[in-house]
Order: sequence, then structure tokens, then C-alpha cells
Amino acid sequence: MTDTTIRPVLEAIDVSKHFSVANGIGDAAVVRAVEGVSLRLLPGRIVAVVGESGSGKTTLARLLARFYEPTTGEIRLAGAPVGRTRRARSEKTYRKAVQLIFQDPFGSLNPLHRVRHNLERAIALHHGRMSRQARDERVASLLERVSLVPASDYLDKFPHELSGGQRQRVVIARALAVEPRVLLGDEPISMLDVSIRLEMLNLLDSLRREEGLAILYITHDIASARYLCDDIVVMYAGQMVEAGPKDEVISNPQHPYTKLLVESSPDPHRDVAVDREAIFGDADELGEPPSLIDPPTGCRFHPRCPFAMERCRTTEPPRAVLAEGRWADCWLHEVGRAEELHEAPMTELITRRLSEETR
Amino acid sequence: MKYSLFGNGKVTFGVVVLGFFVLLALVGPWITGSVLGLDARTNDISAISAPPSAEHPLGTTQFGQDVLAQVIEGARGSMFVGFLGAIIGTAISVLIGVPAGYFGGTTGNLLNFLTNLFLVMPVLPLIFVIAGYLQGTGLVMIAFIIGVFGWAGGARTLRAQAMSVSNRDFVQAMRMLGESNTRLIFSEVLPHLYGWIASMFLGGLIGAVMAEAGLAFLGVSDSSAISWGTMIQAAQQQSAVLRGLWWWFVPPGLCIALVGTAAALINFGVDELANPKLRSVSRRVVKRTAAHRIAVASEGA
Repeated sequence: MTDTTIRPVLEAIDVSKHFSVANGIGDAAVVRAVEGVSLRLLPGRIVAVVGESGSGKTTLARLLARFYEPTTGEIRLAGAPVGRTRRARSEKTYRKAVQLIFQDPFGSLNPLHRVRHNLERAIALHHGRMSRQARDERVASLLERVSLVPASDYLDKFPHELSGGQRQRVVIARALAVEPRVLLGDEPISMLDVSIRLEMLNLLDSLRREEGLAILYITHDIASARYLCDDIVVMYAGQMVEAGPKDEVISNPQHPYTKLLVESSPDPHRDVAVDREAIFGDADELGEPPSLIDPPTGCRFHPRCPFAMERCRTTEPPRAVLAEGRWADCWLHEVGRAEELHEAPMTELITRRLSEETR
Repeated sequence: MKYSLFGNGKVTFGVVVLGFFVLLALVGPWITGSVLGLDARTNDISAISAPPSAEHPLGTTQFGQDVLAQVIEGARGSMFVGFLGAIIGTAISVLIGVPAGYFGGTTGNLLNFLTNLFLVMPVLPLIFVIAGYLQGTGLVMIAFIIGVFGWAGGARTLRAQAMSVSNRDFVQAMRMLGESNTRLIFSEVLPHLYGWIASMFLGGLIGAVMAEAGLAFLGVSDSSAISWGTMIQAAQQQSAVLRGLWWWFVPPGLCIALVGTAAALINFGVDELANPKLRSVSRRVVKRTAAHRIAVASEGA
């Protein structure tokens, strides 16, 4: 995973984000949306962040896009820490390097502006004044880059005249107009029709391949992550629980949560042969992610984990560094029980534990 | 489907009436002066409080001034105050309300506090104090006072709308691109509020014309300027109602009512443009629906 010759473009070092929320009677509570996350984005590589809703994926993307300031920790752009002071100049440098693609292509284009306006603003903001002809050429080449050809057909269209896939292409073209080095995709395909998702993934792949963009791909869909990315990071309840090269992580999970996540996604080529009923029959018994206001002590997954031991309830698990550049935050590796992970499907293990508890 | 503002009769009527008065305000005094040979200020001693006649189509006042010429001259004064007051009021409510909604935190709270302050201010007594303090109150000053004290409600509305638009993804996306706050407000958020602003402007227009008349009636006006308000006030002072001089006060009153109605009718159209649910059905749609209903009924039989 770590190639020491390539320096990361964007790096998050032990970043946490806490939000304070006030309830009806004015008591403030703290939501620990993201805690202790470290992430490196390398040029020409795609990192996928997977996890269920509420695991802090979107908050992480927005931290990296600097919508929010991290509560603790540091974000580094090309090795240089990004200051907490919001100076206009440093802000602009950052915007020029890092662009975010939103989840909803129907919401992220202003319905009152033509395609042309979006692209021209991006160019004008980051590349200064240029002649009308040069700008038109630039806009046309951007649209061609995202396969909206001929460009003249799309230039003067309003968003409502475009399909969801076309809109998302415009959104990507707008981000590319800045000529960024990092592209953050916050579930960029989840709102699109299944039939055009693949084209979108291929577009992202070609951007990485041809322009050396570093891409963060946030998703809850393991299959698309497997198709697109190089490395996978699994998040649970605001923390990273496992990371490594995609094939190893998916085919041989080293954290109980990753295993549960992988098994919950339908995949005809799964190594472990389990029938559908066994996986989804007891789906409602698999538990829910914990509250981020009052997260469980120790390992945050322990209330749902069939392997949970006494120390899981009290102490946070140490990071177990494994072969092939992988790691997992789990006590099983520490006590030499890692082999148990592969004994049976998670649903079976969870059901077994539940029946033991009730007995 | 494109919606035409002139598709229904209400708006057309409103535009025609308001257009007529605007035209009257612009060229009316010139026509009365050079074509009809009437002057709003000359006193015709031979005709004092005379009812409508060939020489004075709308009669004369207590002072022998021609009422028609005064109504036309008054259109200029009233429309001037109406438009200027509405422009000032709308401009202030846009400049205060939209940033108040766009910026959260201290800036938003400060602007909102200012709005609330003007909202609860006892406007009428304050206007008297200010008018008294300023001595000579010309029409410009009247329009200014009306605008400055009448923006708060509109700013409140715009703040709420701007707040909801500002949180939408496309504003965040353009911010992500590096757009400045000023551009985000004026290029991304404000265009979504044009419907509201147009309707506020029309509301402000009615309000300002009425307020001018009201203030003139209460004595806050420029006695040398002629507007519909000052006409009614002069008529009231000379007990025109008691003496049955109806031609003196009915025309300006009717004009005020007409301008108000016209602006309100246009406002309906603007509302329908901004909110499709309010749109009245056009005759074509009614016909089509009816035809369909008949077809379905005959099929069933």
C-alpha cells in the first residue's frame, strides 16, 4: 500500500470531528462523527472508504474538502499542514488542489444557470482572465473529457434538460475545470441509475489513469469499491477499523465488521459459499450501529460482535499490522484468535451468540 | 411547460391599468398643459367649486383649480413616491434580508436583530417626529421615509427564503469551487428570490402610494407639491364631503384604489409564476379536461 517513492498529495493525520448539538432543554451533547482517522491519498491511486450510513464517511469527505475544521488532528496538502486560519489565499490554493463531487447531481447544479456558466466560473476563478476563444475551447475540451459530445449540444442547456448521468458528468467537468490534484467523491454514483453507474466508474478510473488524480471514493457499495479502487478503508462508528489492498480486504477480512459488511453485500463470486437465506434470513438480528453521542467503550463494535471478549468491552483494540500493507483494529489478532474469523459466516456466529445469551 | 405571465386576464388588466397610470405620470402634465390648455395651479376665479363642465371636465376646487389637471399632475407625484418608496424599501430589504439568511452566526444575528427592531418600531409616531424635525418635507423625503420604515417585513421573508436556498447543494458546490460570498449571494442565491422580490416590490408600490396619501391626509406632506394625497387632504380641509363637492375627492381616491388593485392583480400573476400550485387553469386546459371526461364517460356506457 505504501510506496515510499510517491509522496501523498493529501493526508489526514489523526483527524477527529466533534459536533455539538443542543437538545430541547438546551443541554449540549457532542456527536463524535469522526475519531482518530488517518488517511493518505497518493497520485494515480483510488482509495475507497466503505461503511454503513452514519459511520462518518461523509464527514470525513467534508473534512478533507475543508467544509469543516477538524476538532483535532491535521490535514496536509502535499506535505504542508493546512492552517486553521481561513486566509483567502491559502483557501484558494486548497480549492485549486482539492475538489469534491457531491452525492446528488440533481442538487449540486444551480437550476438557474446553464452548463456554460458552471464551467466558465470555475475557469475564471482559478485560471484568471483569458480570451473568449481560449475559454470556449477550454470549456469544450472539458465537456469532451467527460464524454458530453458534441460539446455545443450541452453548453447552453439548463440542468433540468439533462439526465442524472449527464448532470453528474457536468459536475465532474466543473471540478476538473479547476485542474485539481485530488478528487473527493462523496457517493458519486449512488443517486444514478444502475445502468449508468459503470460509465461513471470508468470515467473516474480514466481520470486516475490518464491525469494521475488522487481519488477518494466514498461508498456503501462494496461491489463498486472492488471494481474501482486500489485500497479500501473500512469505517465503523466514526473510526477506521481495517484498511488494505482491496482484494485482500474483501476476500479475507481481518476485522469482524468488515466480514459482516462483505457478507451483507450480494456478490455471486464470493469465496465463502453461503446461501441467501443464511445471510439475510436473520438480517434484523445483526444489530444497528451505535449512537455517536455516547459510543460504546472499548471497541465500538463489541455490542454486535460475536467474538467479543471482556477486554473488547473495556479497552480500545490496538492496531494489528498485518502482511501486504494491511492492518486491522481488533483484539482477535492480539490474542491469536484471528483464525476464528474464517470459521463460519457472521450471521451464523451472531445467531449462535444470541441464542447462547438468551439461554 | 412555459408559463406566460399574460396568460390570464387578471395580470393583463393589472398591467394595462398600471401602465396607463405610469404613462399618465410621465406625459400627462404635458398633455394637459399644451393640448387641453389646463393648468393644475392656476386659479380660475370665474369657476369656484364648479361641478364638471365642458371647460373643466372634472370640475374645479374651492380655489378654482382644475381637478382633471390636478389628478393628472397628482399621478406624477403619487407614482413618483410610490415607485421611489418601493425601490428604496425593496433595496433595503434585499440588502439586509438576503445576507441575514445567507450568513449564519454573528452577522446573521445582527442583521436579523436590526430587522426585528424595525419590525416592532412604532412607525407612524416616528414618522411624525422625523417629518417635524426635517421641516420641509418634499416628495423625495416622503418616499425616503416610507421606504426606510417599510422594509422590515420583506427582509424577514427574504431571510427565510435565502436561508433555505443557501443550504442547498449547489451553493455549497460553488463555494467548494472557490466562489466569494458576494458572488454566491448575488449569482447563486438571489436569482432564486426574484419572484419574491418582484412581488414585494409591487406590494411596496401599493403601500407607498397609500402611505403617501395617508401621510398627506394627516398633514405630513409638501403643501406645494400636488399628489393624490394632497388633493384629498385639501378637499377634506375645505369640507368637500359635507358640501357635496364629490368631483374634488372622488377622482384621486378612485385613482389610488385603481393603482392598488392593478398592482395586486399583477402580484397574483407573479405569485403564480413563483408557485405553480396557485396557477389558475387556462380555458384550453378546462376544455381539454372536459373533453376527456366526456370521452371516458361514453366509453364506460
